[in-house]
Amino acid sequence: MRLLIIEDDRDAADYLLKAFREVGHVADLAFDGEEGLALALDGHYDALVIDRMLPKMDGLSVIGALRAKDIETPVLILSALGQVDDRVKGLRAGGDDYLPKPYSFSELLARVEVLGRRHGGRSEETVYRVGDLALDRLSHRVVRGEDEIPLQPREFRLLEYLMKHAGQVVTRTMLLENVWDYHFDPQTNVIDVHISRLRSKIDKGFSQPLLHTVRGAGYMIRDGAR
Amino acid sequence: MTALGKLLRTTAFRLTLVYLLVVALFAAFLLGYFALNTRRLITEQITSTVEAEMTVLTQQYNQGGIRRLVVIIENRSRRPGSSLYLVTTPTGEGLAGNVGSIEPGVLDKPGWFETAYRRLEEQQEGPEHHALVNVFQLPSGFRLLIGRDLDERERMYRIIATAGRWSVAIVMVLGIAGGIFVSRRVLNRVDAMTDTARTIMAGNLSGRLQETGTGDEFDRLALNLNGMLERIELLMRGLKEVSDNVAHDLKTPLTRLRNRCEEALRVAKSEADYRAALETTIEESDGLIRTFDALLMIARAESGEARQGMVEFDAGEIARDIGDLYEPLADEKGLSLRVEAAAPARVKANRELVSQALANLVDNAIKYAADAAPLLNGAAAEVVISAGADGNRILLTVGDRGPGIPTPDRPRAIERFVRLEQSRSKPGSGLGLSLAAAVARLHGGELRLEDNDPGLKAVIALPRAN
Repeated sequence: MRLLIIEDDRDAADYLLKAFREVGHVADLAFDGEEGLALALDGHYDALVIDRMLPKMDGLSVIGALRAKDIETPVLILSALGQVDDRVKGLRAGGDDYLPKPYSFSELLARVEVLGRRHGGRSEETVYRVGDLALDRLSHRVVRGEDEIPLQPREFRLLEYLMKHAGQVVTRTMLLENVWDYHFDPQTNVIDVHISRLRSKIDKGFSQPLLHTVRGAGYMIRDGAR
Repeated sequence: MTALGKLLRTTAFRLTLVYLLVVALFAAFLLGYFALNTRRLITEQITSTVEAEMTVLTQQYNQGGIRRLVVIIENRSRRPGSSLYLVTTPTGEGLAGNVGSIEPGVLDKPGWFETAYRRLEEQQEGPEHHALVNVFQLPSGFRLLIGRDLDERERMYRIIATAGRWSVAIVMVLGIAGGIFVSRRVLNRVDAMTDTARTIMAGNLSGRLQETGTGDEFDRLALNLNGMLERIELLMRGLKEVSDNVAHDLKTPLTRLRNRCEEALRVAKSEADYRAALETTIEESDGLIRTFDALLMIARAESGEARQGMVEFDAGEIARDIGDLYEPLADEKGLSLRVEAAAPARVKANRELVSQALANLVDNAIKYAADAAPLLNGAAAEVVISAGADGNRILLTVGDRGPGIPTPDRPRAIERFVRLEQSRSKPGSGLGLSLAAAVARLHGGELRLEDNDPGLKAVIALPRAN
């Protein structure tokens, strides 16, 4: 993926640049809002990572300017302001995702990858398939091989989100935000228990597990055979 | 500033002056109008009676000639009263009447005149009187003068004018005295408030304004300011406690973090050792970040900033959603989790914050109940989340069968960072209950810890949406 990082803290920006390179993405850097806007208008990026507070032009204005020019590159906003209303403001300004500082790189990476691939996303498909697992979004039926798997509504939504982003790491916070619509951090890791329940329903009794734990990052559903 | 100067500058005194001026002007205008109208009325009365008399006398003349007229005039002139009569020849010699002298020229032409005169029987040196007279020329050239003395009119006018001046003067004197009295009272109250405010500003936050109990505007002001002071004092104390606690609870893990890094540098031999040390470092920093976030959240809730995001919803939904989120965890710990939310319980609140507060309570309930008594009478111990109405309150309740909290410890459990001794070993920031309490307060409600017999019942009471 080709990324643009607009971040005025040079240490943080360099760290991100290196980290993204290590996992095989190409990233450009801009250190203020104006420079960032010029680059974003120019180049073709798969996703933008924009710090909210920037010199010369703040992050939300950069996004506003881009959207005004009909440039719909997905944007992830980084911000030290982490409250729900800050998030709402950021998303309303045209951001696609919002990550409060301090963040872990694995969280940022997972989110950027989900954003970057959303273009060719599968959100329009009515049936998601991973290996021999199929989820029908209209009839709310889940079938693995020949067997129909009965799921609770919340389990269905959890699986739907995982399968929508099949092959991509999905973090616990992403699940909490997208499946439960909560933006706070529960003290105990409740998501893990939900995942293990779901896993026991879709993987138990099958030789090929589909729902994988990615250590230190989150979960991923993928066809192990590939 | 002198005491008098201060008094004269008070709003009360200035207002008194303005009112006084208005009242005085009004009184002067009213009395002046009254006096002028009275005067006019008397004049009109004189005019009309004189005219009537004139008509009668002219008729008498026409019927009986000058002789008859003279007789009548002489007759009338002898009657006491303010009437004036005079009949003269065409050359101006008096024939009959009670007028001694009159301003020259008055008799020359007919019509109405105000004139000075003396009565016939009066001395020439005596004071002159004023009269309103009507002069009529009889057909044969004789002149007839009928008039009325104006002294009465002038006396009346003077009486009213004097009364007016006096009443205005009295109004002014009484008004200023009243103004000074009222201003002094006001000034005393304000001075007392100012003094208290000074001592508070000087650092004595426990000072309070005096309330006299009269329920007047100063009392209301004092009451509200005292409420504000109460809140400020509470916040200040809270701030101090927080900074103490933050110092303690953030410094402890920071020190641990630092020591672990140092130790790793000193003793780690292999890459695996370094890796392990780094991993624990990251874990500990994450814990620190969580604590920090929770603190910020509490601060935001307490500052009232989050009041913007209020929407109306059924508290039962939140109970069901949180129940749904925590049910697998409870199940894993051998507890059964049940949600009771049948009747609608509408609240106007910040949904995210209330969810988080309830999540914290459920988290605690599961954490403490799991070890204590997974089984109760052979059945899995229950954690019950319920939403319901109680009077004008909506109650979100989490009941567990854990060890509970002894009554005397309950108020302390809600304080920030307080983890009661037996729970020190449990993970958690010690901020869960404080956050729930802050969220409840933000919405004008409260967090209550009650006995669940056995176990703990934590209640978030919120005002019912109307």
